[in-house]
Amino acid sequence: MRIELTEQQASAKAAFRAFVDHEIVPYADQFDREERVPAAVIQKLAREGYLGQVVPEEQGGTGSDMVTFGILNEELGRGCSSIRSLLTVHSMAAFAVLKWGSADHKSRFLSRLVSGEIIGAFALSEPNVGSDAKSVETSARLVGDRYVLNGRKRWMTFGQIADVFLLFAQVEGKVTAFLVERNSPGFSTEPITGILGTRGSMLAELRLDDCEIPKENRLGGLGFGLAAIGTSALDIGRYSVAWGSVGIAQACLEACVEYTSTRRQFGVPIKDHDLVRQMMTNMITNTKAARMLCYQAGYLKDSGDSRTVMETWIAKYFASTAAMKIAADAVQLHGANGCSEEYPVQRYFRDAKIMEIIEASTQLQQMNIAQYAYEY
Amino acid sequence: MTTDSLTVDDIKARTRAFIGKFFKNIELQDDEDIFALGFVNSLFAMQLVMFIEKEFGIAVEDQDLNIDNFRTINAMADLVKGKVL
Repeated sequence: MRIELTEQQASAKAAFRAFVDHEIVPYADQFDREERVPAAVIQKLAREGYLGQVVPEEQGGTGSDMVTFGILNEELGRGCSSIRSLLTVHSMAAFAVLKWGSADHKSRFLSRLVSGEIIGAFALSEPNVGSDAKSVETSARLVGDRYVLNGRKRWMTFGQIADVFLLFAQVEGKVTAFLVERNSPGFSTEPITGILGTRGSMLAELRLDDCEIPKENRLGGLGFGLAAIGTSALDIGRYSVAWGSVGIAQACLEACVEYTSTRRQFGVPIKDHDLVRQMMTNMITNTKAARMLCYQAGYLKDSGDSRTVMETWIAKYFASTAAMKIAADAVQLHGANGCSEEYPVQRYFRDAKIMEIIEASTQLQQMNIAQYAYEY
Repeated sequence: MTTDSLTVDDIKARTRAFIGKFFKNIELQDDEDIFALGFVNSLFAMQLVMFIEKEFGIAVEDQDLNIDNFRTINAMADLVKGKVL
């Protein structure tokens, strides 16, 4: 066994880190304050090929392995969780089109998703439906050569600007997947502001009022929308969030190394106080452990091993809960400064809380991961 | 996993063994409806699709995503057989 990045993966990590340090870190607090990510930044992500990471080269994408994709999520998450969340939902949509789309879907959407000409997003949650995804209330019925959709989708990441949504609705009592374009008749969005964390992720509520889409925009058969398409997209999303949580943890760690080295109390840098060192020890240990679980999940994805599904749950559970604890400790170590907008740890703290809720809440994970112990 | 010299019985045996990891102490018959038995949730369905793809070296595609293709061991064997044998 050899746990080490390949030369190519290490090189990619260095490039991702340089991009994030130059293009994102200096502006991340501004994105948070203004609750938006400028289009120019998204275009830069596209130019770097970051929006086509999960798409093979022959289909116009970057063709990255899943470990490299994970590293990109860590680095973007280290800089700005809102931008990482764009990569998450966009990659979920692109992956679904790649994996489950017809030739027509691929020709209409895939190259434009890869180039960033259009932004993809994921639309499952509703005002009354979160973890219990099979109970979505949005409906779709076939009328002639079109599906007519009615309902509301809520908390859609980048719903304010996304052009196409991987959306789930009931058809004859079966959850089914669709590609819904922003310009569809009867489709509108309402921005959601004032969210606790990932404030730049441009959330929206989607409103489907007799929204008409071509019947060809259905993905997969009736009733397999959630079981195969939704779950595989959520697996990519969960993997992305797990790595993004590692990014938050790493950002906290780096901020605390800097702060505790320069902040002096009782005549010495605070890093020389034993209880501070205890917190730093836990911080670095849990960050590394979370990263290792993510590597494991990524390695299994690259080898097509079905165990990656539950290993990704485990990685996301550990990484998101660790990030929350680490971010809380980071604020604590910064004292009053940590509660101020002058330091980014308050943003990390707010963003980390979101990681415990999205792509399966901590409690849903605790229910499912325990079951895994009784299987293999 | 190589598909050389793969037989329908092999496909059924491997599929039954995989499902058996999740649902212990149940002797699943080839024609038993796993949906009707209440076995299937979305996480299991995804793992089942991944298993079939890796184990038999095939791609499960959009047009294959029909519940009837995954309803029984016989149906899954037919799906695989149609792609590799």
